Amino acid sequence: MRLLKAGGIALGVGLLLIVAGAAGLAAYGWRPAIDPVDPPTGFDPAMVETGAELAAIGNCGTCHTAPGGKPFAGGLALPTPFGTVYSTNITPDPDTGIGRWPEAAFGRAMREGVDRAGRHLYPAFPYDHFTLVSDADNQALYAFLMTRQPVAAKAPANDLPFPLNQRFVLAGWKLLFLQPGPYKPDPAHDAAWNRGAYLAEGLAHCGACHTPRNLFGAEEKDRRFAGGDAEGWHAVPIGSLSPAPVPWTADSLFHYLRDGWHGQHGTAQGPMGPVADSLAAVPEDDVRAIAAYVASVMGLPDAEARKRGDALAAATADPAGPGTRPQSAGSQTVAAAVPAQDPGAAIYAGTCAACHESGRPSPFGGLDLRLSSAIAGDSPANLIRIIRHGVPAASGARGPIMPAFAAALSDRQLETLLAYLRGRFSDRPAWTGLGDAVRAARDGEVAAAAAASH
Amino acid sequence: MIELKVNGRTQSIAADPDTPLLYVLRGELQLNAAKYGCGLGQCGSCAVLIGGEVVFSCVVPVLLAENKEVTTLEGLGTEDEPGPLQRAFIAEQAAQCGYCIPGMMIRAHALLRKTLTPSDAEIRRALQPHLCRCGTHMRILRAIRRAAQEMRSAAVEPRGTAAREPVL
Repeated sequence: MRLLKAGGIALGVGLLLIVAGAAGLAAYGWRPAIDPVDPPTGFDPAMVETGAELAAIGNCGTCHTAPGGKPFAGGLALPTPFGTVYSTNITPDPDTGIGRWPEAAFGRAMREGVDRAGRHLYPAFPYDHFTLVSDADNQALYAFLMTRQPVAAKAPANDLPFPLNQRFVLAGWKLLFLQPGPYKPDPAHDAAWNRGAYLAEGLAHCGACHTPRNLFGAEEKDRRFAGGDAEGWHAVPIGSLSPAPVPWTADSLFHYLRDGWHGQHGTAQGPMGPVADSLAAVPEDDVRAIAAYVASVMGLPDAEARKRGDALAAATADPAGPGTRPQSAGSQTVAAAVPAQDPGAAIYAGTCAACHESGRPSPFGGLDLRLSSAIAGDSPANLIRIIRHGVPAASGARGPIMPAFAAALSDRQLETLLAYLRGRFSDRPAWTGLGDAVRAARDGEVAAAAAASH
Repeated sequence: MIELKVNGRTQSIAADPDTPLLYVLRGELQLNAAKYGCGLGQCGSCAVLIGGEVVFSCVVPVLLAENKEVTTLEGLGTEDEPGPLQRAFIAEQAAQCGYCIPGMMIRAHALLRKTLTPSDAEIRRALQPHLCRCGTHMRILRAIRRAAQEMRSAAVEPRGTAAREPVL
């Protein structure tokens, strides 16, 4: 009985502590509302222009635009391990957008992740990066957004479980994981490097996808660029763990980021596609700065990796290989001979080889699979995605197309093909758990489709 | 020998396992609706259904189609008894040269199996992988809307599936 009573007291005290802690956090995290204003006008066109370039570097439109929706009107479902968060309307609509936000409120949202009304924002909005953006750049971004077409559109309510649906808990998250900016230049490096670091770590928020996240959904700072997961894709490591068969250089990174493809690496797919699309329209120097910074973070490949890369680059530079036909002789190619009794090889020969051994140049010809990071990577997730869904045709833009094979390949056939590709085109150890990975991809697609149609 | 089930009929195929499904359909089974366009899965004229989903049969070796349900345009109706999509394409005169139309119809069929009330944006998105060089796109859109309308009405079996016996 006494024990029970003691237990009751302990429980009571525990509850009290939780309540007090929550109250304390709520008090600590309290932020005032900033008074609304009438939608401002009369922005300097030059500043709007700068803001447009910055918004492209920040890739704002990709998350803040729903499929088929108006630009910046929000409503895109962002599936997270914790639930679904919907992007908000950042057009200057006074009622559903940010039309009544004064510049100070916009600056605070970027620096601290707090909206005009003083509510904490979820870090799906990557303010842990945007906090680094300078006041001057925030001013230009504000000018750009406030001169967009206002669209009346209210984002669906977030679908998050308790207690994550209580925004004050985000104050605790920020206490632990948000290092407030703005960016401070590193005097050990030159201006170009600092410009690259400022953009890559800040507005361009590369780490939001390419850095792994901890249990709280925060980036693991000591594993920067070690690879992460985003929207059903694996964002490859871009440091010493990079799976690229030919090591990246500042120059190849620049072309990849600028054009969306590089002959030794293939095309930007998944969430990286829109990033490259955006970077095609910003000042070249900024893309070069980002590329140079990322290359410096990667460090130089060791002598062994460089030797392998050079050999591979030389071997793949000459497209004359099995199946090669001059382009003028029509599109048909002869598939490589099928070694008998290997079902993976048979599927590859009949399904993949016609394009991937055609010798047609990048980006419209299939990539020589010896160069594929998707095949050389630690996770088969990207390869599964690309085989199942292909590379879809882009509306109103030219680009490479790969047909989807989801309907043609059973899970078993896909596994067989994956194992064959890994064995033939990379020197990495065989993947384990391919069956689970294939099923997880299928389940993830179903969940994502359900969230999108919400 | 490969056993291939096409439009509800199982047949033995003599072709090598790595032969593209399209060649088997046209060359061996005389099912000539699916067309050879680019041979690289880029144009959509060779589209057929496997298990009710669209595949480009020019880049699918026949070995992958074994033990699965293949449906070609012939499975959606005949000249004498055209299915609702085929009637709609005729009514709207949606074909110019007609080479892409079987693929378009197969894609539309897969879409209408999922929804009988597709928006224009959904139809356009679904047809994105299909090229028409004649420019009959507006008529193709109209035909698909008409077919959806007709399939919604009670007179017509609402959803064809590859698993069911085709209308022959």
